[in-house]
Order: sequence, then C-alpha cells, then structure tokens
Amino acid sequence: MDWGTIINNTLAGLLTPTTIAFALAALGLAMHFGFAGLLNFGIAGFMAIGAYGYAISVLTFGFPWWLGMIVGILGSIGFAILLGVPTLRLRGDYLAIVTIAAAEIARLLFLTTAFTDVTGSADGLFGYNKTGGFTEANPFPPGSYGFGPWTYNSETLWVIVFGLAVLAICVWLLWALMRSPWGRVIKGIREDEDAIRALGKNVFAYKLQALIIGGVFGGMGGIIYAAFANVSPGVYVTSITFFIWTSLLLGGAATIFGPVIGAVIFWTLQAFLSNILPELSSSGILPVDGTQAATLRFVLVGIGLMLLVIYRPQGIFGDKREMTFVK
Amino acid sequence: MNFLSVGNPRHLLKPLIIVFTALIIGLGLMTPAHADSVGEEFEFAVVGNVKVEGEPVGGVRIIVEGGGYRAETVTDDKGSWLIGVPEKSDYSVTLDESTLPTGVIVLEGGVTQQVSFSLGDRVSQNFFIGEGERNEVPFIDQLVARLIYGINFGLMLGLASVGLSLVFGTTGLSNFAHGEMVTFGAVAALILGVFLELPIWVAIPAAVLLSAGMGWSLDAGLWKPLRSRGLGIIQLMIVSIGLSLTMRYIIQFFIGGGTEQLPGFDSPKINLFGSVALSVNDLYSMGISIVVIVAFAFWLMKTKTGKATRAISDNPDLSAASGIDVDKVVRIVWIVSASMAGLAGVLWAYFRPGIKWDMGTQILLLIFAAVTLGGLGTAFGALIGALIVGLLVETSSLFIPSDLKYVAALVVLIGVLLFRPQGIMGRKQRIG
Repeated sequence: MDWGTIINNTLAGLLTPTTIAFALAALGLAMHFGFAGLLNFGIAGFMAIGAYGYAISVLTFGFPWWLGMIVGILGSIGFAILLGVPTLRLRGDYLAIVTIAAAEIARLLFLTTAFTDVTGSADGLFGYNKTGGFTEANPFPPGSYGFGPWTYNSETLWVIVFGLAVLAICVWLLWALMRSPWGRVIKGIREDEDAIRALGKNVFAYKLQALIIGGVFGGMGGIIYAAFANVSPGVYVTSITFFIWTSLLLGGAATIFGPVIGAVIFWTLQAFLSNILPELSSSGILPVDGTQAATLRFVLVGIGLMLLVIYRPQGIFGDKREMTFVK
Repeated sequence: MNFLSVGNPRHLLKPLIIVFTALIIGLGLMTPAHADSVGEEFEFAVVGNVKVEGEPVGGVRIIVEGGGYRAETVTDDKGSWLIGVPEKSDYSVTLDESTLPTGVIVLEGGVTQQVSFSLGDRVSQNFFIGEGERNEVPFIDQLVARLIYGINFGLMLGLASVGLSLVFGTTGLSNFAHGEMVTFGAVAALILGVFLELPIWVAIPAAVLLSAGMGWSLDAGLWKPLRSRGLGIIQLMIVSIGLSLTMRYIIQFFIGGGTEQLPGFDSPKINLFGSVALSVNDLYSMGISIVVIVAFAFWLMKTKTGKATRAISDNPDLSAASGIDVDKVVRIVWIVSASMAGLAGVLWAYFRPGIKWDMGTQILLLIFAAVTLGGLGTAFGALIGALIVGLLVETSSLFIPSDLKYVAALVVLIGVLLFRPQGIMGRKQRIG
C-alpha cells in the first residue's frame, strides 16, 4: 500500500477544475431544489448545453472564447425557459420526470450521427479552447505552480483561477439573492405556493426566474468543465445528475456554501476511493479484481445517497426546519 | 483570428512539408493506412476492405453498432476502413448500399452482418460485393415489419410498465429503481441459464421467481420501514434513485461492463410475407407477453387482492378503514411488479439482443413515458401507453435517424404531461 500516493491524490481532489465545475452545478441545483423547491433532475442537460454552446459557437461559428461562453449561458437560459414555461405548473414529481427526459433528449441530440458536423456525435468536441483563444488568454507564463498535491501547470492553474472566480461570483449572487425580498418570496413559494399567490405574487414568474438563475449556474459548470476537458456526450448522462444531487444533499440543499462543500467532499471522496479501492484489491485485502474495485465506489455513492435522504435529508450544514417542504 | 495569421511562418511550414514529402514519395504511396478510421482511441477494432472484382471502392459508408455503441466511417481510396470499439463483444456491421457505385450490391449475407471477437484485438468483416439488381425493401414491408416489432417491444414495455404504475398507484412512489428490476430479471436468467447451465425453460421461470423474491425483500427490507418512518414521496423518490445507482453498479460488479447473451438468442427467422421476417424468439416473446398480461388483467379485475389493489389506488385511507390490510396488499403489489419487470427484462434481453448492466436504465424513461401516457396509477392505461410508445419507437426510425428513436418517445412524454397530464385513461383529480 502506497499511502503517500493515495493521500496525495486524495488531497489533489480538493481543488480541481472538475470539483469547481460540479460545485457550480450543485449550486444551481441548490437554487432550484433547496430554495425554490423545484425538483430538477435535468441539471446534466443544463451543463451539456452550456458546454456545447461554448464549444460549437467557437468551432462552427468562429466566435472568440468569451462570446462562446456567453452563448453557452444564453443556451442554458433558453433551455430553462423552454423547460419552465410549460412545466412549472406541474406537481413536483412530474417536473422531475419532465426534466430528466428533457436532459436525455438534449444528450441524444448531441450524440446522434445526424449532426456529426456540428456536435462531433460520440467523439464529442475538442480543440475549441485553443481556437477560441481561451488558452492564449492565460495570464500565467508556462511553468509549474503550487506545492505538494496542489501542483499545477499554467493551463490547469488558469482554468482553476477562472473557475474559482466564476464560482465566487455565483456564490455571492446566490447569497445576495436569498437575503433579498426576492429570495424571501422564493422561499415562501417553496413552503406554501398558495399562500404566496394569495399575497398577489406571480408565483409562475418567480419560479421561472429561479429556474433560469439555477440553470445559468449549471451551464457555467458545464463551461468550466469544458474549459478543462473535451466536450463528450458520455459525460452528461443521468448518473452525473444523480452525483450532483448527492453532493447537494451531502452539503445541505437549502444552504449557500453547502453545495460547494458537498461537491468538494464528494469529489475528494471519489478521488480517495478510486485510489484506495484498486490498491486494496491489488494488495489482496479486498478479494475483487481492479475493475470491480473501481465499480465499488459507485455502489457506495448509491448507498450513501439513500442513507443521507433517510437519516439526514438536511445535509451536513442544513437546518431541518428548512426541509419541511420535502414531503 | 488564428486562421488569418498567415504571416506566421509556422502556419506556412506545415502545408509546405506535406507537399514536399508528397513530391518525394510520390502521390500513389501517400495514402495513409487508414485514412478514414474512427474510434482509434479504443484498444479493439473492426476492420475490413471493400472491393469489387479486385478493385477497391472508396467512399462507402460502414456502420458498426452493438452494446450501446455506434460509430460509422467511409472507406478510403484503398477501400479499407477501421472502426475502433470499446469492448470485445458482438457487433453488427452495416454497409450502406446506397453509397456503392450503381449496379453494385452486396451479394451474400445481407448488408448487415454480425461479427464477434475471438482471441485477437481485431476482427475483420468483408462483404461479398458484385454486380446485381439492388433489392430495395418496399416501404410497406418495412412499415409492417416495424409495426410488428413495435407491438412486440410495446408488449414487453407493458409488462414493465404496469408494475411501475401499480406501485405508483398504491404508494405514490415514482420508482427510479424499476429499470434495475428489469435488468435483475435478465441477469438472473443469465446466471441460471449460462453460468449455472440450467436449461433455459427452467432458467427463465426461476429468474422470474427470483425477481419476485427481490420485490418481496425490497418492500420488506426497505420500502415498508421507510413508509413507517413517514418519509415523503420526494424523499422516497430520491431513495429510489440511490437504490437504482446501488443496484446498477452491483450488477456491473458481478457481470462487468460487457454484453452477455442468453442461450438461443440468434433463433431462426420465419418469413411471413414479402421481406417481413420474424424470429422464433419474437413470436415466443409476444405469446408470453400476451398470456401474462391477460392473467394479470384477470388478477386485477376479478380476484380479491386485485380489487383491494384498485381500492387502495383510489383511496388508501378509505380502503384501510374498510378493513383492507394495506401493507399486505402493497407487499403483493411489489412482488407482482418486480416479477413482471423481471420477465420483461428476460424478453428484452432477447429483443435487443444482449444483457448489459445498464440495460434497464436505458428503457426506464420509456417506461415512465408509457406510464404517464396512459395515466399515472392506472394499470391498463400503462399497457396502452406502452404499446403506443413501443410502436412509436420502432416506426419512428423509418423517418428519423435510428439513434434518435428514443427521442420521439421522450417528446411524447413531455407533450402528454403538458397537455393532458392525467394521461389517456387517467382522471383529472389525480393531478395535485
């Protein structure tokens, strides 16, 4: 057992572009579910549209990177409106089914060979960070930065700094929104829609605004992920939605920092398990082979999600009184 | 932008080198080994050559499909092609006849042929091509064939859907782990029929019994205690998502990521008329589905438990007050639901064909579509919904690319929830 490598890789999981991307997506889900009470199971769709919007507008239309990212955000706004206008009147679990179906439709449309020229179908898209100039916009000269497990080359550092800045803005925005009158109305809708309607508020408009804001956070998550890795339709599957849900519920759905910390804990744990389980199997402590050991961590995610919802639905940082709407 | 910066000598260098090398080596030798290859990142590959009377044919479209993977390419000037594949399993290779020169067709074996890997990392598939009349399948034949497949698929989907619908009706739970109950049935048949080498007519009923046991233990071990704890339906739904992940990856843990086959999956085909052919398995599958569905309908309409089930779907409190043991009926509903889902899994394993760890997840949304289309909580509605979804999925591939065939069903799912959320058979008051 090489504990040095395991601990090193685990600590590295604390701060990676992936962690930041999924923290953003979880933040969007906190807006949807934790504050507005909307059961969105299509967050992977928002991420996919953000990522593809960025990559396609750079590769197909020759936009610069910042305009491409704006297109990605506009895409997720459009997706939120398309999804929200017809479905926000539906009951909670119906919304869940519609959103998961919509996200799958989006993924299948990106995957199909019919639009290979634009979407790259199963191969996905790559090279847009260079073409669009995101790589060139890197203010850090080439070299090695950081220390210990957190050693990055200049390209990764650029994505991390950029992602952290976006995350900080989004966290601040969510915090500011939730202590504003708008946020109180949103929380009110979560607790009792009819009471808010009786006060003369347009519940539908508020819900749609919440869906759009959370969707933009999710889209930004997809863009940050795309700024680091290739865009591939295999990423935006329903499992990713469920992983983001797990990180959200881990940290606390109705909190500001909960989703961020939840995502960090989730991906650090994933890094730990993906390192220790194969080690345990190769050193003969676990009587399974390497591939099986890698599968085990997802079994643990599923069990963790069940235990969390049953025993601590408010998450680590949440307040149980904030979760009475989960009925 | 970068493209415009011609002044940069580095950008000019590359084409110059290529032209230079081409001049030295001579144009004829310059063709790369596989000019048109896809999926080269994978370890394994399907390869081949397309030649007509010794002359290579370029620009012919080849599609490789199997185990949820699909890729296509066109042959290069030497007529050769390569398609990388993620795993060593069975694939179907299709040659697009419309991309062959006129007057040339595939002579033997048809345009779609099966390949399977043996020891090597590559497997080659060549087509016998020569001059001949192109045998275009008439549209009406295609339509009839698709309609029959659609009914078959719809019946299978119906088996899975009525269970989900009953569970929703009696407990209010949208069970996201239902797809894994479908996979479980197929995997149980695989373990009994292939790994333990039991005869298949023993293995399939035993797999359905195991599925029933699974339904019993899930209710006894998980759902009943959670209901007693007073968990809300949203919490229960998220628990079912966790259960779905757990079960799916436990199945992958045991059978791996590849595709496995049940015995007798490539049964002989029977020609019905024209070019419409059905395999023996398809006929068995439809027969079994119909018998089970009729038996289920009898159970639901005529027996005491069936009536109690419908009563609970209507009003659980009133049923409990009139002396129905709700917990006992719900337990039976779980058993029925799981065993029908398990049977659907076995039949689907023959229809796909193949057993894969995430096969249930692939149709989970189609099952949801069927249940919603028919009206959440109504068993017969789910059946009609399933038939419509099955027909839609199969016939839509006549008009849209086949890798988008599930999209049509999902669009219908969303459309129904928007315009008639109570479904075809549902009543309006169900929608809270």
